[in-house]
Parts: sequence; C-alpha cells; structure tokens
Amino acid sequence: MSKIGKILPVALKTLFTKPSTEAYPYVKKLVEDDFRGKLEFNCDVCIGCNICTRVCPAKAITIEKVEGEEKKFKAIVHLDRCIYCAQCVDSCPKKALKTTQAFELAGFETGNMTVEV
Amino acid sequence: MGKVVVPVGPQHPALKEPEGFSLTLEGEKVVSATVRLGYNHRGIEKACEERTYTQNIYLIERICGICSHTHSTCFIQCVEELAGVEITSRAAYIRTLVGELERIHSHLLWLGVAGHEIGFDTLFMYSWRDRELVMDLLAMLTGNRVNYGINTIGGVRRDVSSEQIKDILKTVDKLEERTKYYIEVLTQETTIVQRLAGVGRLSKEDAIRLGAAGPTARAAGVKRDTRKDDPYAAYGEVPFEVITDQNSDVLGRGIVRVKELMESYKIIRYVLERLPEGELTVKVPKKIPAGEAISRYEAPRGEDVHYVKSNGTEMPERVKVRAPTLANLSSISHMLEGGYLADVPIIIAAIDPCFSCTDRMITVTDREKDSKSMLDWNKLRAYSIDWHKERGLDFSAISHLREDGR
Ligand code: SF4
Ligand code: SF4
Repeated sequence: MSKIGKILPVALKTLFTKPSTEAYPYVKKLVEDDFRGKLEFNCDVCIGCNICTRVCPAKAITIEKVEGEEKKFKAIVHLDRCIYCAQCVDSCPKKALKTTQAFELAGFETGNMTVEV
Repeated sequence: MGKVVVPVGPQHPALKEPEGFSLTLEGEKVVSATVRLGYNHRGIEKACEERTYTQNIYLIERICGICSHTHSTCFIQCVEELAGVEITSRAAYIRTLVGELERIHSHLLWLGVAGHEIGFDTLFMYSWRDRELVMDLLAMLTGNRVNYGINTIGGVRRDVSSEQIKDILKTVDKLEERTKYYIEVLTQETTIVQRLAGVGRLSKEDAIRLGAAGPTARAAGVKRDTRKDDPYAAYGEVPFEVITDQNSDVLGRGIVRVKELMESYKIIRYVLERLPEGELTVKVPKKIPAGEAISRYEAPRGEDVHYVKSNGTEMPERVKVRAPTLANLSSISHMLEGGYLADVPIIIAAIDPCFSCTDRMITVTDREKDSKSMLDWNKLRAYSIDWHKERGLDFSAISHLREDGR
C-alpha cells in the first residue's frame, strides 16, 4: 500500500527546528577526550629505545638524540604521513607518547609537515 | 533501430568512486552492459607483505573508509587462527558491538545515497542527519569517527565503560524510532515505491548463479549471511534474524537494509546487556607460525573474505582480500540488462558498491600482438611522464622529488 507524501509532515515539521549542521570552522566541534590526534611527547621519560619508530606503520616518527645532552631525546613526526593510529602510544614502554585532540593539521607545503613534538 | 554504446564512468558512475560501465542501448533500453574494473588499484595486498602483522592492521583497515572494522577484523581473524589463539569473550563482544554500529552507519549512509540517486534529497538529508548519532557513538567508543582502530591482534584496544553503555542504549532507542519511520517511508511513500519497484531485477536463481552477496542476495530471497552461516566474534551466541525479501529489485534491497538495522539494534542491546567480564587482549607472539588461513566476515555489503599466508616471520608472505563488491559486480551487468538508461545509477548504487576496495592490478592487452602485460608502479610512472612529455609538459626533471613513491 503506498501513500502520497509519507515524508511531507516530517519535512514540514523540520522547517521549524534548529539546523542539525554546525557552523564549523566558526563553531569548533569538540572531539572526544581520547581522540587520536597530533602526538605529544614527554622527553623526560623517553629512553630512546626506538620501539615507536619500529612499530609505526607509516614511517612517521623518528627519535633523535638531543645534541650535547646525555640520554635526552626528541621526537620528530611527519604530520603528513602519520595516520593517527596511536600504535606508537600503545607500544611505548615508558608512556612517553600521548595523543591529543589537535586535528587541524593540514598545511600548504609538504616541507613544513615534519615537526618536533 | 541502431544500437548505441554509451560509456558510463569511470568518473562517479554512481557513488563518488571510479568504475567504468559500457552500456549498449537500443533507444532508452539497455541491451547489454559490461563492467570494467581497475581504475583505483592501490597495491595494498602487496604492501602488506612488507609490513609486520601489527602494522598491517592499520593498512588493512584503510582498504575501506566505511567498512574499516570489517576488513581489520577479517584480517585479524586469519592471524589469530594462524597463531592458534582464542580471544576473550569480552573482546569478541566488543568487536561485535563495533561491527554492528558500523553496519548501522553504513546502511544509513546507503539509504541517503539511494535517495540522492533518485532525486529524493529530503530522504538523503534525514538519513545522514540520523547517521551522525551513530557516528558520535563510534567516536565515543573508539576515539575517531572513521578507521576506529579498535582491533589489535589478540583482542581489542579499548574497553567499554558502564556510562558508555548507557549512552549507547539511549542513542539506539532514538535510532530505532527513526528506523521505524524509514521502514514506513520505504514501504509506503509513493515516490519511492513507484520509482524503485521492479527496477534492477535479480531473481533468486540468478542471485545464486552469479554469486551475489549480502543484501543484494538477501533481497532476492537467498538466506545467506556469514554471521549465521559461519559465526565469528560473538555472533554464535547472539540471537538475530536473517532478513530476506521477495521483491528481488532495488526496492527489496532497500527494505532488507532498513529491516537489518532493526536486527542490529537487537544485537547491540543483547551484547551490552550480557557483556562478559574479562581481559581485553590475549598475548600473541610477534612471529606468526607458518601456515595459511581464510576468514569470512559479513560486511554491510556482503561477505568479505581474507586469506593470509604466513612463513613464520613477523610479516605475512601473502595477503588476499576479496571485498563484497567483487561478488556483486557480476550481478550488476545482469541487473542492468533490460532496464532503462535512467535506472543505471540507482541499480549500481543498490549493491552499495565500494569500487576502490575491489580494484586490483590492471592487465593491458595488446590486440595486435595478442599479448598481455601488467603495469607495475615504475612502468606506470614512466608511462605518465612520457604521456605528459608528448603534450609538452616535462615532469622528468622533478621526478626525483618523489622517488620513494610517497
Ligand atoms: S600514530 Fe601511528 S602513524 Fe602516527 S606516528 Fe604513531 S604509530 Fe606512526
Ligand atoms: S617507544 Fe617510547 S621510550 Fe621508546 S623511543 Fe619511542 S617514545 Fe621513547
């Protein structure tokens, strides 16, 4: 049995409700607390074991020694390669890596996408 | 009347993915149709051979943006079988939960696309608005809206808390309310019924003969569902119905999908009420014992099949993926034949195709020499550089920039 305008009453009602869309980027849509965004690195606990580099599926993270300092490391992330899977976070034995809520990471030059985190 | 051959695609024949269709028309009627694959070969299977099993989860997950959990689960089931481990029931339940949420968002997405293809954008807007509810649930459970990354070899990476369970149940109630309405719309709204009934017919015999999968097969009355036929994750314990329909047309495929949503809500409620206690993961060694395994998974689009061959190292020797769209492509030409040109987009869309998941290697046939050859990455690169050079654009000078293929 078919009815004409089954969707019409709902369409009319919807005319008087608030829009469902959000005015991004003017209104920022918040992501979840444990969103897998840009990585954060804690250089105080990293032991330079390079496990993160080895497990990364996208060859996106490298750990380098800080010049002139004993046992101090920095993390270099290729934001354009990182697929934000957080496997490095899971695999790090010292919990030196963390994901953040930062997701607006696009850029205009590939050269600028490699950053120290 | 003379016959006219019309190429449809490769740019967006139905959905926003490339695939080529060559239609032979007599007036407005399609007398024959051929499908051409191979516009979006990404080399994922080959790339898997150079990555460890853990790395491959994330690569495999990216075969498809819609059924990402499908592919990662299907692959992991192979690896777990090879390693001889059994995941905990809690992990199996969480995999089932995410799998069903994925089915809901995929079917609601399809409903919108189908509405759009027949010019019924009101339906498209409503179903995509409601789809946001389930997208938010997935983001809450896994962190992200797509590519959830919930799976790991030997279990799942994130737990479900009791607050989350409450939120999910509340949203599922809302979604159920909306779905009941969509079932009414699909079965009663004249615009839809008259437009879709009798379009893209596929009889039960043909569906079996052509190896159709998923809702395409079920809408032809074939009771085929991997969740029932070869249960994985928690499906062996969860009661649910396999929805079939006798319409055997695009309308039937729509009805099967919306009714399946109701079953998904049932499954989710069952899973959340009986979520067993236990660990999330079991330990799996990095090196997987040599052997071969095959696993099947009921994706929203039909049966997905993965094959993994291990040689005892950390990396697989061979990975093979048979996405459900491939199973349904042979039915497509059959469904198009005898129909009208104007029905082509909705018939193609009705199998809910995912062309990029399906595409594989291109074979180039030289008709004069009657020889076949394959183009690998380097040959394709050289070909494209030459092609542009003939037209006055020289890329060879900057080609070193991208030598690593990234
Ligand atoms: S989040 Fe994933 S892709 Fe990004 S650096 Fe970590 S392991 Fe690599
Ligand atoms: S895995 Fe952790 S501790 Fe090891 S190098 Fe990476 S960040 Fe440092």
